Amino acid sequence: MNWDVIFEASSLALYAEGVLTTLGLLLSALAAGGLLALLMALGLTSRWQWLVKPIAAYTYVIRGTPLLIQVYLIYYGLGQLEWIQARWDEVWPWTYFKNPFFCAWLAFTLNTGGYTAEIIAGAIRETAAGEIEAAQAMGMSRWQMLRHIILPSALRRSLPAYSNEVVMLLQSTSVASAVPAMLDITAAASRIYSDFYLPFEAYLFAAGLYLVITFALVGLFRLAERRFLAYLAPRR
Amino acid sequence: MSGYYLSILQGAGLTITVSLASLLVSIALGLLGATAKLSGRRPIVVLATTYTTLIRGVPDLVVMLLVFYGGTIGLNALMERLGSETTVDINPFFAGVLTIGFIYGAYMTETFRGAILSIPPGQMEAAWAFGMGRTQTFFRITLPQMVRYALPGFTNNWLVLIKTTALVSLIGLQEMTYLAKQASSATRSPFAFFLFTAALFLVYTSISLWALRRLSRRYSLGTRQVVH
Repeated sequence: MNWDVIFEASSLALYAEGVLTTLGLLLSALAAGGLLALLMALGLTSRWQWLVKPIAAYTYVIRGTPLLIQVYLIYYGLGQLEWIQARWDEVWPWTYFKNPFFCAWLAFTLNTGGYTAEIIAGAIRETAAGEIEAAQAMGMSRWQMLRHIILPSALRRSLPAYSNEVVMLLQSTSVASAVPAMLDITAAASRIYSDFYLPFEAYLFAAGLYLVITFALVGLFRLAERRFLAYLAPRR
Repeated sequence: MSGYYLSILQGAGLTITVSLASLLVSIALGLLGATAKLSGRRPIVVLATTYTTLIRGVPDLVVMLLVFYGGTIGLNALMERLGSETTVDINPFFAGVLTIGFIYGAYMTETFRGAILSIPPGQMEAAWAFGMGRTQTFFRITLPQMVRYALPGFTNNWLVLIKTTALVSLIGLQEMTYLAKQASSATRSPFAFFLFTAALFLVYTSISLWALRRLSRRYSLGTRQVVH
């Protein structure tokens, strides 16, 4: 074992850049994917079959295919289409498809959107009948009921499952290293491995970084659950 | 052009082999881990808990690269110390299967532990009262009953495991994803090849889901179902 190389300034700088990329990718995909998921969850639980069916098909396909292939499809696949090629030099927003970070972000957003939509839709479906009846008895409209009763309750109850999804997405961001020119934690480790031929040290250090981020995320969600799910906790 | 599709289809065989072999490893590790966690002996429980916690906090890909690249160097260093001149290369198939099996063993441990805990303790007590030993109780009483409780979690783990096998393409195993990538760089038309591979994965996961749902129905035959 030769840990000196890992703790040299240049290696640490590489890892630091990797951590920033990984966190940036994670947070931006969670933000956009969360919004997408909320909209799709509302669609999934709506009464209109023409809205339910395509969204259900979308989440089924996203959840049934490997993330690596989804990333490849967007990064290599879309760039091949002539329609996009004709536009990506100047026409906004197609210029983004030349940017590897954007391609990875898009793939992760679409992916986490599909998984999270099912989590939120599940929570909406399981809203206690009494809560809805009480809202109706108060004379609330459908929109009022959604905004004041169903969503606040469902989003809170999806927290435990969502924390799993966030941790899974963090682990999945390592797949972004398969995109050339993406320097996330895993890609940083691979570069150090190939520069110094030290696989154990390079990847173990990366594993340690992921562990620290995972524990931090789990801790944050535990705090959030204590705050937002206090009313469901067993009475002391 | 159609030759490439054919080769991707042939790669599907390897994808299935890798996933099933990894599944076997993960089931074995899962059963071992679950019994370890429920054994109540402190060092064993601590060991199993460390295993499941660490594995679930590190990306599959990082573990795979660590085993594949690190394993090669580690083995060669070991051979050198033993005085051997030959160098060994770790086969990507074994590296992939062992890593995926090792990772999903941790998830299976949790699934199996929950399933064993769901079996009413009276079942085990009755077996002991009949004079069955620990192993006999496990294989005749616990195992057949825990299948029902474990199936939902097991199905989930299996579907995630199938999708993880795409990652072994990154350490050079020539399964579907690897062949699709190769075909797309040779022909410069990646879209169709990746779409085709995605469709094959979807077929695989769909068939698995259908089969496991049937199995789940079969294993819940003896239970009372409340009709809404």
